[in-house]
Amino acid sequence: MTTVHHHEYDVVIVGAGGAGMRAAIESAPHAKTAVITKLYPTRSHTGAAQGGMAAALANVEEDSWEWHTFDTVKGGDYLVDQDAAEILAKEAIDAILDLERMGLPFNRTPDGKIDQRRFGGHTRDHGKAPVRRACYSADRTGHMILQTLFQNCTKLGVEFYNEFYVLDLVLTEEKGKTRTSGVVAYELSTGDIHVFNATSVIFATGGFGKMFKTTSNAHTLTGDGVGIVWRKGIPLEDMEFFQFHPTGLAGLGILLTEGARGEGAILRNASGERFMERYAPTIKDLAPRDIISRCMVQEVAEGRGAGPEKDYVLLDCTHLGAEVLETKLPDITEFARTYLGVDPVTEPVPVMPTAHYAMGGIPTTTDAEVLLNNTTVIPGLYAAGECACVSVHGSNRLGTNSLLDINVFGKRAGRNAAAYANKAKRPALPKGTESFVVELIEKMRTADGSESVAAIRKELQLEMDRNAQVFRTEESLSHAQTVIEALRKRYEKVGIHDRGQRFNTDLLEAIELGFLLDLAEVVVVSARNRKESRGGHMRDDFPDRDDKKYMKHTMAYKKGENIALDWKPVVITNYPPMERKY
Amino acid sequence: MSELGVVESFKVTFIVRRFNPETDQEPFWQDFDVDMYSTDRVLDGLHKIKWEQDGSLSFRRSCAHGICGSDAMRINGRNRLACKTLIKDLDITKPVYVEAIKGLPLEKDLIVDMEPFFAAYREVQPFLQSTSKPDKENIQSPEQRARFDDTTKCILCAACTTSCPVFWTDGQYFGPAAIVAAHRFIFDSRDEASQVRLDILNSKEGVWRCRTTFNCSEACPRGIEITKAISEVKQATISGVRR
Repeated sequence: MTTVHHHEYDVVIVGAGGAGMRAAIESAPHAKTAVITKLYPTRSHTGAAQGGMAAALANVEEDSWEWHTFDTVKGGDYLVDQDAAEILAKEAIDAILDLERMGLPFNRTPDGKIDQRRFGGHTRDHGKAPVRRACYSADRTGHMILQTLFQNCTKLGVEFYNEFYVLDLVLTEEKGKTRTSGVVAYELSTGDIHVFNATSVIFATGGFGKMFKTTSNAHTLTGDGVGIVWRKGIPLEDMEFFQFHPTGLAGLGILLTEGARGEGAILRNASGERFMERYAPTIKDLAPRDIISRCMVQEVAEGRGAGPEKDYVLLDCTHLGAEVLETKLPDITEFARTYLGVDPVTEPVPVMPTAHYAMGGIPTTTDAEVLLNNTTVIPGLYAAGECACVSVHGSNRLGTNSLLDINVFGKRAGRNAAAYANKAKRPALPKGTESFVVELIEKMRTADGSESVAAIRKELQLEMDRNAQVFRTEESLSHAQTVIEALRKRYEKVGIHDRGQRFNTDLLEAIELGFLLDLAEVVVVSARNRKESRGGHMRDDFPDRDDKKYMKHTMAYKKGENIALDWKPVVITNYPPMERKY
Repeated sequence: MSELGVVESFKVTFIVRRFNPETDQEPFWQDFDVDMYSTDRVLDGLHKIKWEQDGSLSFRRSCAHGICGSDAMRINGRNRLACKTLIKDLDITKPVYVEAIKGLPLEKDLIVDMEPFFAAYREVQPFLQSTSKPDKENIQSPEQRARFDDTTKCILCAACTTSCPVFWTDGQYFGPAAIVAAHRFIFDSRDEASQVRLDILNSKEGVWRCRTTFNCSEACPRGIEITKAISEVKQATISGVRR
């Protein structure tokens, strides 16, 4: 007999990375708040972010939030909602100052201000030259943000439910309108079920990079939050746009920050040529990530790759000197030494693109409210961070804009969720709210089919790397779709080993795989439908951007076992779409 | 880089200390033979066991490259992160022994209860306390910033605290990680509560329990000079903070 516990909160936040904890800091002083995470907060993948967080502080050279807005719009290949980008760039400055006052140890200029470095796609005066906009703390900016937010949650006494795995969102009908009334979670240490009745719910559950084999993402980034929302019939926006970060350690995918190139590192092919000069003559190695990743793959495809298999390119940091590497880029220097046995001080580092960031996700307004369709919000439901799609990143996110996103929209989500909870009545939960999760857990805990979770996951990851990565075609995507459909059938027959109640990570992985399969299908179906190339979505068979047909967001809806696709207009304010050159 | 492209696997025997609280009275050691590559990490070995041999093997992990702090464990008697321990750096002619970190209550296999660890962390007030209200950022020179740089690297993995013999025998001792967290703020020029933290750490279970065995510094996967940080905190309790 499963034990079920009941809790009541004004605000429940699902996920304790940057967005979740930034929301908690805003919400907890004003409303009874709980943060639920399947990990411990400090394990969240915000901590893996390295290079910096953009804000036009103009501490080291002239800059403006308007330039930052423009760069964000252009970087996203004009699929960015421009009102949202403007909010992002404007509120960036306060977001940085908030963090500094909370204690974040930024690197400093000689006169004691927050130091700033260059990053891809961030430019002075609408593309004239790279600008120093990224505020940073060595190459562990994400780590420092995660720690600082955790420290401040500790200061505020925020209530955490650590190692609680949220598996269902409760939506109820009220006067003919859908609204949220809570979540249901599975407690990993005991196997108990917890029902959280909440007036406001914020999803801040991060991404789903583990659908790819080569990824910078943590094992735990399996898209649970996005998957839960999807299964509830809430649409997902722009899922075809996935970012492949250029500099993953070759063969491993471990991230090497773009900040390295911000500090002057250069990408070279086998002959030592600085190949980005050919593709982006103005800003070269500091072109946005989508462009650099494509160029790298093209260099390798055309036989100019380095190494015995000619299957990677080289990130050359040797001219930066030991001091810059040790003081400004110490972590990535160590990663290269530890995992590849390469010392960046003396040797170039083998790199290739790695699946890094989902531009798409749960559609929200600029107030972080979740959309049920193009116009209707779901009262009490919010999303922020990588799991959400505002959309500030459009079809390609600029480096340093994600740490910014979690702070700006995490704060908005927390503030709005608390305000809503303070004016709305907590809705009653329907009877048997927990039954869906109880049954899901029992079914999986006793699953004795012949299929292996690890085998299906591996096949999914290989297929996504092969056919839905940097370059895509109708042929590759339809192949991927067929494979995913077959894997989904096999998933129905999985078996697990661990029949226990306590810390059943076997069961956890099986459930996570279900979300990955669901979302991979949405990614591939959305990608097939967009017959153009834009930002992170490159179609070999449709190499050009097609604004006439596709200057609009994809909206994918779950209709039974099928996926129905619709569109949502892009918000254009100041910047009419132009050709994207660097 | 000559290793890249070479695919030669070999058998490694892992001997893992297992414990399932639902079925076992006592922990026991279990052998697993796994095919590994020299560039694999111990975490890859544990995954191969879990994914190919015994799905019930339980351990925590997330980022798999040494920054989330989930997978601290005892590998051949030393506290390390499984994701940062490469097979090529171990003597694989002998079995690789893997067990949970010591000194925290064992929950299951390689998983311990982290709550006492985080409770000690919370005790030292690990957050900036400042009354200044600048219009923009607080000003801090690069030298002031460098003063506490080392201790900002901590990922709260507990490798240090659970390698400390004092902590093993006296679970009330704050332990190295909490002192590192305190150090990070005590020496931050923007902070105004150093004395509060120093008073906390000057108590019976505070810094003076440290016997300078250097286990913590050796265990730290982030290379923090923990023993040095602890001695700086000791010094500060006597002669005040020099930032």
